[in-house]
Amino acid sequence: MVGDIGVWKAPRTRQALAKLTLPVLIGASFGLMLLGKADALLAEHARMALGDAVAPIYAVLAKPLGAVRDHLLDATGMWDVHAENLKLHEENEQLRRWQSIALALDAENQRLKANLHWIPDNPPSFVTARVVADAGGVYARAVLLSVGPNHGVRKGEIALDERGLVGRVTEVGVRTARVLLLTDLNSRIPVILQNSRAHAILTGNNGPRPRLIYWAEGSPPQEGERVVTSSEAGAFPADLPVGTVHYTAANVPEVVPAAMLDRLEIVRIFDYGLSGLVAPDTQGRLTERRGR
Amino acid sequence: MARADQTPGMRPKHTLGRQLDVAARHAFPAVSTVVLMLLAETPLGFANQATLLPAITLACIYFWSLFRPAAMPPPIVFLIGLLLDLLGYLPLGVGVLTLLTAHGLVVRWRQVLTRQSFLAVWLVFVGFSAGAAALSWALTALLSFRLLSPGPALFQAVLTVALYPALAVLCVRAHRTVADPDQA
Repeated sequence: MVGDIGVWKAPRTRQALAKLTLPVLIGASFGLMLLGKADALLAEHARMALGDAVAPIYAVLAKPLGAVRDHLLDATGMWDVHAENLKLHEENEQLRRWQSIALALDAENQRLKANLHWIPDNPPSFVTARVVADAGGVYARAVLLSVGPNHGVRKGEIALDERGLVGRVTEVGVRTARVLLLTDLNSRIPVILQNSRAHAILTGNNGPRPRLIYWAEGSPPQEGERVVTSSEAGAFPADLPVGTVHYTAANVPEVVPAAMLDRLEIVRIFDYGLSGLVAPDTQGRLTERRGR
Repeated sequence: MARADQTPGMRPKHTLGRQLDVAARHAFPAVSTVVLMLLAETPLGFANQATLLPAITLACIYFWSLFRPAAMPPPIVFLIGLLLDLLGYLPLGVGVLTLLTAHGLVVRWRQVLTRQSFLAVWLVFVGFSAGAAALSWALTALLSFRLLSPGPALFQAVLTVALYPALAVLCVRAHRTVADPDQA
């Protein structure tokens, strides 16, 4: 038997070998770092293979875990049913007003487009996928989607939830895909500020609110202004909702994402047929050296 | 063998079932650590959940290296570290080096540490989690060539310390029952 009994009976050579294991493995971990730096695709492939292997386990676990979560939410929700109800009534009223405005504007838009012989964009194809695991880390923000075999999802496609932009597909496995969230440190998204139509870049910082940089000098982002994607560089289609501007400090415009990034359950992956930019790889690699 | 000669009494036969039982008890620390790591990755829906994975892993490695080093040898720690790197999206090798360093220090100090009270063991663990968070922060920053905010590392250290008592209660129970090879 291995273990405490075996150790003091072991001959001296075996003891010496056992003492060598730890230094050798520590050396191997440095080798691993070099290997990971030299070939970043190696880690990516290993991760996607691991993701493919464990995704079915998560898919099985999702149901009971979801039930537990729903019960917890129900239990906590019972406390403020009354206040919630009042708030919802008020919100409903507001939404009704907006709905009538939206319908009127939509009708007007249709009329104007008909008069202008507007060529409509092709409706994008999309697949809907369940978020099975948090594929981020302490220093990365991403989610793993279960997309099933023969999915046709490709790198660079765009993920949205029911409220707004989530991020881009960065790695694709056999039955899983990884979506880099717009809050990730490596995320850079060309955006337009909706009031001034000024361009800016939205950079993730691993925090809950990504920052706006490179906005035009004359038109600083305004508090509460809506931010949408820009079709510049061909990486995104125009006018996908991203979020609203919020200042936490002077001269530091941040964006509160419209999508519920911390509780993603189901996302849609849209194929807009864009090939302007391939999404950045993980761990700070911004250039693609080998195609998949 | 040696123990068998020293203590009198009846001994069970070395049947296949018993050998499997002993093997399972030996494998328990490593297997339970891996299962906890996989569970930490399920979307539970709270913010900063990604920090749970390194916290749970370090607490498990610390506990088992301290109280059952035979079941948590360096090669197993290496493999668990590799899993941590892959699941936690750290640069390859960062989790491996952090865990191996922690394991080596725990094994070196275990003669003293195992005789201390739970509170003392926990206080020493505060140092370990701060060191581990700082080491992985520094290595990640170095390997990705950029200065990272120290906030997540600080949060990781605090969460690791806070999680330890809960995990230790489970591990102590397992240590005395299902993971004990002498009870096979």
